Amino acid sequence: MAGISRRDFVKLLGTGGAMSALGLTGCETVPKSKAAPRVVVVGGGFGGATCAKYLRIYDPSINVTLIEQNTSFFTCPGSNWVLAGLRKMEDLSQNYSALSSKHGVNVLHGKVTAIDPAKRTVTLSNGKSVEYDRLVLSPGIDFRWNAIEGYDEAASQVIPHAWKAGPQTVLLHKQLQAMQDGGTVIVCPPPMPFRCPPGPPERVSMIAHYLKKEKPRSKILILDAKEGFSKQDLFMDAWNELYPGMIEWVPGSKGGLVKRVDPKTNTVYTNDGMTSHKGDVINIIPPQRAGEIATASGLTNKEGWCPVNQHTFESLMAPGVYVIGDSSSAGALPKSGHTANNIAKMTAASIAAQFRGVKIPLPSIVNTCYSLVGPEYGISIAAVYRLDEKGELVGIKGAGGVSPRTAGSMQRTLEARFAQGWYSGITADTFS
Amino acid sequence: MRKLITLNKAAYCAAAGVAALLSAVAIQAQEISRASIIASTCYTCHGTYGISPGTIPSIGDLSAERMSNMLKEFRSGQRVSTVMGRHASGYTDDEIAEVSQYFSNLQKRGK
Ligand SMILES: Cc1cc2nc3c(=O)[nH]c(=O)nc-3n(C[C@H](O)[C@H](O)[C@H](O)COP(=O)(O)OP(=O)(O)OC[C@H]3O[C@@H](n4cnc5c(N)ncnc54)[C@H](O)[C@@H]3O)c2cc1C
Repeated sequence: MAGISRRDFVKLLGTGGAMSALGLTGCETVPKSKAAPRVVVVGGGFGGATCAKYLRIYDPSINVTLIEQNTSFFTCPGSNWVLAGLRKMEDLSQNYSALSSKHGVNVLHGKVTAIDPAKRTVTLSNGKSVEYDRLVLSPGIDFRWNAIEGYDEAASQVIPHAWKAGPQTVLLHKQLQAMQDGGTVIVCPPPMPFRCPPGPPERVSMIAHYLKKEKPRSKILILDAKEGFSKQDLFMDAWNELYPGMIEWVPGSKGGLVKRVDPKTNTVYTNDGMTSHKGDVINIIPPQRAGEIATASGLTNKEGWCPVNQHTFESLMAPGVYVIGDSSSAGALPKSGHTANNIAKMTAASIAAQFRGVKIPLPSIVNTCYSLVGPEYGISIAAVYRLDEKGELVGIKGAGGVSPRTAGSMQRTLEARFAQGWYSGITADTFS
Repeated sequence: MRKLITLNKAAYCAAAGVAALLSAVAIQAQEISRASIIASTCYTCHGTYGISPGTIPSIGDLSAERMSNMLKEFRSGQRVSTVMGRHASGYTDDEIAEVSQYFSNLQKRGK
């Protein structure tokens, strides 16, 4: 017994080899040669990191490899708060050390360039390949460059999207800080479906908070591709209360739809290119699609998202491959970190149940999206999703909904605190 | 790691004993059930196993009875909440009983 430290032991379990059968079968029946089932998870964001952790929680005999291209992860949640000066970039940084040391996940840093569902392998950019018995993909989103004429990856270095947190968030933040008082900030949200529907109005709120404090003569113009937005009444009430006269919202049909962008002159064109708006700072949130690896692997439908069996989250395009998080298209589920985290746990249960030969329980998925409108002013939208008779995930009637429009300042303050508590909870549940 | 793989059967058993003492749950496969799925959705806000790292209350230490009473009170509106009423309305009495029992079983296993 002496000589086996807890650390060694955890490491040993991390191999998922014969030892890991101990928990299930006891000492007498340790199979010497039975190979542990192998699950490869691609993408260490809210979906992938959670799935890797919960596969190991559900069944430590599973050998789990998480492949993520970056060594640290900046969360999108909280990135709007950075623009308001309420958080620093380093507060958003998460890493993979607990997944490997505490949960025995093999963390591999690299970029997956191809998957082969027939041979059950994934290939990395360094040419190495990794075999799997089940593959989980959670690569997040990618952008439809040039869907808005002139808005490509190069243009995003001048006009940031800041819809993947990191250098893009820093760029937008710097531009806001450099802007003169009295300037115009233009924010252009995309059509549905996209990552985090309440994200754009939260961003506008956080920019407004900063401007009110530092540059109160400035304005924000929202040129929206849509006709309405998430928690609209709540946001608009709060804007009138906190930032009166500062924010103008233009819906798609009234001239909000952006057709073209010119990064050289910082101008966006609407009304089929007939009307121009010059901004001092412009934030284009481009139309979106499933992460590149999912698209390149032929897992997407014609809308650009990955259809899945909404009970198990197995791809309808490739057996043995599961697509979770923003890339997946699953009934009424919104693309949020919260649902990505919940889908990930359901998928972990679904895969572990199959290895164990037990019935896969029906899914229960929850969403809660908090938005900060001001530092002490929070609002939320919530839902509980179940499978209907057609096998589609739908919101349970009578549950969920948005914060009451008539709520007093007490609820707004509490929800602002819970928004921050939510951040602590989900990041711990995902990464530690 | 490689060294340990060559351990003999006695060492396997010894190792199992150590692990059982150190962390009874860590090496055990966990129940996969409707209750485990529902409980895992609570963890997103309330922390893994209901132990909250932030401003949202911990729920991991509630007794089954207290948890199920609270959820039913949230659901009926008898207990005032910000968001829990909207969540609790999504669950039946049976689901509430099962998930409350699941949390209390976790406590017994030392989580
Ligand atoms: C401004 C903003 C605010 C938001 N706020 C909230 C909020 O308050 N609440 C909420 O619930 N959600 C929020 N979201 C949404 C949330 O960020 C996403 O829904 C969530 O990140 C989706 O998780 P995912 O696992 O699908 O993708 P991601 O979290 O983006 O993870 C994808 C990972 O895959 C990696 N990857 C991709 N391709 C490869 C490859 N080929 N090889 C290796 N690695 C790869 C990426 O590097 C990345 O780490 C917000 C989003 C934005 C933009």
